[in-house]
Amino acid sequence: MRDIFRGFGAVFYKETLHVRRDFGTLFFSLIIPLLQMLLLGYGIDTNIRQINTVVFNADGRRESRELLDRLKNSDTFHVVRYVTSDADMNNMIIGGKARVGIKIPVDYSDKLLHQMSAQVLVLIDGSDASVAGQAINVSTAIGLDESLRRALVNNASFAVDMRPKLLFNPDSRSPNFFLPGLTAILLLNVTTFLTAFSIVREKERGTLEQLFVTPVKPMGLLLGKLLPYLGIGFFELLLILTFMRFAFHVPIHGSVFLLAFLSLPYIFVSLSLGILISSKANTQSEAMQLAFLTILPSIFFSGYIFPRETMPKIFYAISYLVPASYFINITRGVILRGAGIRHLWFDGLALFSIGAFLLIIAARRFHNKVIMA
Amino acid sequence: MTTETANTNGGAPGTDPAISARGLVRSFGKFTAVKGVSFEVAKGEIFGFLGPNGSGKTTVIKMLTGLLPLTGGEATVEGLNVRTDSERVRERIGYMSQNFSLYPDLTVTENLRFYGRIYSLSAQRLKNRIQEVIDLNGLGPYLNRLAAQLSGGWKQRLALGCAMLHEPKLLFLDEPTAGIDPVARRQLWDLLFELSGHGITFFVTTHYMDEAERCSHVAYIYYGKLIADGTPNSLRELPDVQPPGTIRVEITTPEVTRALGHARQIKGVRSATIFGQSIHALIDDHLDFDALREQLSRNGAAVGEIRPLAASLEDVFVELTYKNQANGNNPEGSAETEAKHA
Repeated sequence: MRDIFRGFGAVFYKETLHVRRDFGTLFFSLIIPLLQMLLLGYGIDTNIRQINTVVFNADGRRESRELLDRLKNSDTFHVVRYVTSDADMNNMIIGGKARVGIKIPVDYSDKLLHQMSAQVLVLIDGSDASVAGQAINVSTAIGLDESLRRALVNNASFAVDMRPKLLFNPDSRSPNFFLPGLTAILLLNVTTFLTAFSIVREKERGTLEQLFVTPVKPMGLLLGKLLPYLGIGFFELLLILTFMRFAFHVPIHGSVFLLAFLSLPYIFVSLSLGILISSKANTQSEAMQLAFLTILPSIFFSGYIFPRETMPKIFYAISYLVPASYFINITRGVILRGAGIRHLWFDGLALFSIGAFLLIIAARRFHNKVIMA
Repeated sequence: MTTETANTNGGAPGTDPAISARGLVRSFGKFTAVKGVSFEVAKGEIFGFLGPNGSGKTTVIKMLTGLLPLTGGEATVEGLNVRTDSERVRERIGYMSQNFSLYPDLTVTENLRFYGRIYSLSAQRLKNRIQEVIDLNGLGPYLNRLAAQLSGGWKQRLALGCAMLHEPKLLFLDEPTAGIDPVARRQLWDLLFELSGHGITFFVTTHYMDEAERCSHVAYIYYGKLIADGTPNSLRELPDVQPPGTIRVEITTPEVTRALGHARQIKGVRSATIFGQSIHALIDDHLDFDALREQLSRNGAAVGEIRPLAASLEDVFVELTYKNQANGNNPEGSAETEAKHA
């Protein structure tokens, strides 16, 4: 009977040695879950707070300022800017700089003074259902509260009438919210993995070393290797968009061409990231682990699942370094909010800068660690 | 502590050498992988570059092909300075690495076409050259086969074909026969001799001593230092290998193990080692063959024949290695360090 376990001790001994030698795998299996726990535990606060808000106060008198103070003190709204026109307010929301726009009409104080009901317009970016829901609830509650306060003093009925209006995703469909974000994550996955693998595979086979002994120039090598994957990434984007539009019926409000154009700097970032990974990894499994490490922040910090504003300050700062943050703003902007180049040029520029920065680092690392080693 | 390079190769006068290395040094951080290596390879030679794993062979190749900058020393390849002209060097040389460096998911023709295009051959020239290389290396029957499906010997022929498409005058082959069956090995060497006859110079690294014997010029690198450099025959006659007053003999005996133990006790036997059913020994030349036979038999080892023997290259390298170890050229730790960097 003992015989059926023969070799157990030897294999167990050998296996513990493997685990100790292969530090990378150990690190990934122990640290990554902890990291995820930290992110979800600290970073993700399901109570939506500090929603970026733009205010157009056309009235400007004491009553209007009092209302704004109450809105601000609710902790739900964080006023990022005061504007002086409807157009500016709309642009802020379409550009993704604010999720809520509060417009206090010019006759707000007058109406209240004359004991009439004063309407306040609350424009809400409906792309994220949880954010939108919170904005509706809190703004109407404050309106009700304000009315009650006035009713007790002046006997007026429904003095402040908050009128929330959902923009862009009025039915609060979750595919409309998640799929544009998912596009960014998928595109990053595909391109980064393909690029990193295509180079690491040549390392494993020794063909890379062979190429360095030929007159091939590094730029020729990189461009020749990357262009096909740029094409694949681009095709992947079109595939995802088609699927999103026709299988999940997510309407695209903006220009598909603009989206395609702005995806180029993002694919460029993904490719550079792939090269950077390949300058470090020597085997495909190492490349896999490193690529995974880049995917994680893209999911958690980019606003794909959890709104960036509600994160702790430190995570919010990190989210500015995550390329997916910008591209998710671009995809949601074009697809849901119908944003144009004037709303999104900054995101495109940011992506291009990150891509160029990564490529320079990657090229330098590649030169020092791969060619000269 | 310095060890003299055993140099018996004057170099061919009159013509420029294919390779000239003078005092090559390469350091990786604190570790010096190549410690002042000098040699010349004449045009048309088959130059065998030998040495244990991690002794610096691949590092020297990488320096000569412009992959690694020189820490010290000078080198010219095909008359071009590798420090300043590495790009033109790469145009003129071919390189075949240890693992053949083929794309397994490409066919034979596709591999050839890719490497030809790397060297910017014109469409017509590429077509002609591919045909020539196919004919020369006998790749005809396998053109549409994926490289992954070729046997080791054919992979190697294809890799060689890829390395010579642009008609280089100098080919670096880094352990071209590692993991190849003996027949394929023999065929590859036949091919190398044929190409060498056309004036192509070969720089070949190998672990096989029989291959070293086939080279017209060999050098032996031991932990970053060149400890032998010359024709195989000139190396056999080196004083370190064949000290004056000694001869090398082969003693056939059915009881090699017992005979070896006794042989090493006999006065006048300097060293002895087993080769199959015989013992190779270095003995003082005043030691009489009959006396030797007599002493071995007395100790119970029947001796068949004793006859003089020329030193093999293996003997040469073993002797030189021992001498170097005695001189303090210590390999400790260096093999691992180089493997990491190479």
